Amino acid sequence: MLDLKQLKRLIKQDHSDLPRVKVALLGDTATQLLAVAMRGAAIDMGFDIELYEADYNQVEQQLFDPDSELHHFGPQYMVLFQATHRLVDDHAAMPPEQRGFLAKRRLDFIEGTLNDKAWEGCRFICLNYPEIDDTVFGNYANQVEGSLIYQTRLLNIGLMQLAQRYDSLSIVDLAALQAQLGRKTMFSPSVYASTEMVISIDALPPVAYRIVQVIAAQRGTFKKSLILDLDNTLWGGIIGDDGIEGIQLGHGLGIGRIFTELQQWCKKLQQRGIILCVVSKNDEAIAKEPFRQHPDMVLRLEDIAVFIANWETKVDNIRAVQQILNIGFDSMVFLDDNPFERAIVREHIPGITVPELPEDPAEYLEYLYSLNLFETASASEVDDKRTRQYQQEAQRVELKRTFDNEQEFLASLDMQARVEPFNAFNTPRVAQLTQRSNQFNLRTIRYSEDDVKRLAQDPEVIDMAFSLSDRFGDHGLIAVVVMRPLDDETLFVDTWLMSCRVLKRGMERFTLDQMVTQARNRGYMRIVGEYLPTTKNAIVASHYPSLGFTHLESEPTKWVLDIAKYQTLDTAIKKL
Amino acid sequence: MNEEILNALTEIFRDIFDNEDLVATPELCADDVEEWDSLSHIQLVVAIEKYWHIKFTAREIMKWQNVGEMVQGIANKIE
Repeated sequence: MLDLKQLKRLIKQDHSDLPRVKVALLGDTATQLLAVAMRGAAIDMGFDIELYEADYNQVEQQLFDPDSELHHFGPQYMVLFQATHRLVDDHAAMPPEQRGFLAKRRLDFIEGTLNDKAWEGCRFICLNYPEIDDTVFGNYANQVEGSLIYQTRLLNIGLMQLAQRYDSLSIVDLAALQAQLGRKTMFSPSVYASTEMVISIDALPPVAYRIVQVIAAQRGTFKKSLILDLDNTLWGGIIGDDGIEGIQLGHGLGIGRIFTELQQWCKKLQQRGIILCVVSKNDEAIAKEPFRQHPDMVLRLEDIAVFIANWETKVDNIRAVQQILNIGFDSMVFLDDNPFERAIVREHIPGITVPELPEDPAEYLEYLYSLNLFETASASEVDDKRTRQYQQEAQRVELKRTFDNEQEFLASLDMQARVEPFNAFNTPRVAQLTQRSNQFNLRTIRYSEDDVKRLAQDPEVIDMAFSLSDRFGDHGLIAVVVMRPLDDETLFVDTWLMSCRVLKRGMERFTLDQMVTQARNRGYMRIVGEYLPTTKNAIVASHYPSLGFTHLESEPTKWVLDIAKYQTLDTAIKKL
Repeated sequence: MNEEILNALTEIFRDIFDNEDLVATPELCADDVEEWDSLSHIQLVVAIEKYWHIKFTAREIMKWQNVGEMVQGIANKIE
């Protein structure tokens, strides 16, 4: 994380090549410096914020006046920062008997905005309320509904519940950040008195990064995998020297408890879909022994998607992991206690995140918490199956080595695909795929769950979700297509994306067959596809020509397919 | 001693305003530096507090009219 000075410097440098995102910041305290920090943090994370900052204390007017500057600006993201200090004012201004309704009033205001048709399509990001304990009732405030603490907590819980109900609302957990940094760091009374800033200078970068991380996750930038070293990272000591009885883990030896708790954290990440991998300089059999035998190991072999223990360099081994997972290095985190290994990996693998772990393992976990590495925009139930899927992928890579001929290999997989429209069951996964897929994604349009529901209900839209399985297992839902009519004869491919797990299986050919069948059944004559380049989707640059589309002279990004001339493509995939 | 404080302040000013030509003189005031508003002022104050490990009251922060008064304020604290 950069400090305020570094963030300011980033803004002054040229960043015209970065994608622009329109963000409005609405606050009821002085937010100018926060805005600066947010712009810098965004550039650091690879995008450029075009910021609209309302004069403060105009929150309600800007939101509800249809002719306000804010409406004309048309933000993609609306950051609402209502400070606890202003809550204290409101609390003070109310007659004591009404203070029990303070939280509800604020929540009704937010909900009203979320329901406002004028803001459809805009994502709201609400900063929640760090607690101020005014001690008016002392600890007894916990039993007084009208107390400030009671209402603040009610408000924070209420925001969580609103965010569960409204897909368009995300929360930035300022209260959690204050618990992490401490109020003394978060807030400076003299700064507040002289500037009306409720965030201290030192806390501006962490707050800004928290906000920007939420936006980045919504835009599809987040970590997908955690690669772990073993000796002195997952357990204390060196398994090759100390042996299975000698390593520190669990309640027995030394600081074993520390490593157990780190493993518990890794396990929870795995359970929510982060892919765990091991890369260690060790003999494989010795490295795997604790995973099989040690009673205090939390992580077991079945939790690890790719396990590499050998004497090659970590750089080579991380590249091997990348080959199997098929995800970008910028979505990987590498944990290693050895500063030397960390430096080499950082130098040779651009984009990978390598936390500078503290020297004392006792501090690992608190340090990792402070980085908030695993921000996400969604969590769905299929996530915890992902590890199995990557283990199966490692088996496929093994099998493929035994075939000389690609076609024979594909035929040996016994692939079967299912095609469905968007429905209540697949909506979360469809939304998640539109948010996560960066490489095989022709137009990179992100859809929220609400958007997906709208698409499903629109009779003009052809929406298709593809699932694939083979003899090693089920890939689940791996491809999404959305087509809309341009006119009576022409369909436009609004979205075509596929998980990179199923690249080179002929899935894109199978998908096109299904698209053409649907188009034909509805009487369309042609399909127009478009490729919008991003920094990550170069692999589909010649997607349309390779499938037989011809270039549209008038529009250089677009390609057209004549349905009458189309012949079904040959694939090794059976339709279920 | 005031000379030492001025030299250190020059570095802090250059850092905060990202301008290598700035020189802190006793007469220098907010009107002379384009970017010197209440928000950069507070950044100056926080940088000064960190540098000398001192703490100013909100009143002191808002009272200073020029760098000379700042220097005096710092000198009083570090004596």
